[in-house]
Amino acid sequence: MHIADGILSTEVLVTTAAVSVGIVGYSLKKSKGQLGERQIPMLGVVSSFIFAAQMLNFPIVGGTSGHLLGGMLAAALLGPWNAVLALTTVLFVQALFFSDGGITALGANVFNMAVIGVFTGYLVYQLIEKVFPGKTGKTIGLIAGGWLSVVAGAFAAAVEISLSGLLSFKVAAGALLFWHVFIGIGEAVITLVAVTYLEKVFGAGFFQGVKEAVISEK
Amino acid sequence: MKNKILIGLVTALLLAFILSPFASSNPDGLDRVLKDFGLEERSKTVLVSPAADYVFPGVKNEKLATGLAGVFGTLLTFGFAWFMGKKLSKR
Repeated sequence: MHIADGILSTEVLVTTAAVSVGIVGYSLKKSKGQLGERQIPMLGVVSSFIFAAQMLNFPIVGGTSGHLLGGMLAAALLGPWNAVLALTTVLFVQALFFSDGGITALGANVFNMAVIGVFTGYLVYQLIEKVFPGKTGKTIGLIAGGWLSVVAGAFAAAVEISLSGLLSFKVAAGALLFWHVFIGIGEAVITLVAVTYLEKVFGAGFFQGVKEAVISEK
Repeated sequence: MKNKILIGLVTALLLAFILSPFASSNPDGLDRVLKDFGLEERSKTVLVSPAADYVFPGVKNEKLATGLAGVFGTLLTFGFAWFMGKKLSKR
């Protein structure tokens, strides 16, 4: 879902960059001083895991592929503020070293994947976990949140493409949502498997510490 | 704890090195839409990346070049995120 340089209009690039800078800045503030010594490497582990997983495009219908975005995965493990930072790190490395996503479009890509992807997924995940406590809620929450995070990110991209005057909103949203409804299923499955695996390796309680420390106010 | 971090990182490295060369090369959802509407031609190169399109420079074997790019990126990401975590943890 990475937008290259030259696609979006300057206005859209500047606006999304400004919003992304604001939210990444706020996330840095929220995380500051909240990470314990043992928890620092977790940002590294989760971010690098997402980088690797984003390379693994899986085929969907009609000669198109998708790959994990990881917003829900990071938010479920580290809480939403650290998730914004993890995803932004991944997108930064991709744009700088691999030409995956333009450097001038970094703000738009951060907005779609690290902001919209993280928060839509996380809100739904939290809501479902509250309604159905325990393992069932967590499973349903990861699936629904993972799926929605991708669809919502695609929706944001559609808005940017139409605001750039490239396609009408109806056409852009219709086409992008069509593919991402399928890609979201892959996201949901991988998120569920990866969260289960990582929590097994590290112990769920370990991540809980990171998450609560960051979410709760000082 | 150190072991666990190592397990996490090695898992990511293995995914990147072993599986990425076999990932689908079909366009992703967004690229597909841009292609369908003839918009991909708008894309241009602003910054020349050292391993553009996940091809590790100077490696002839395509699969190896992708796998090495994956290892390179996974380590870079780990390093940047760790560094950020270190900075953030200082009160």
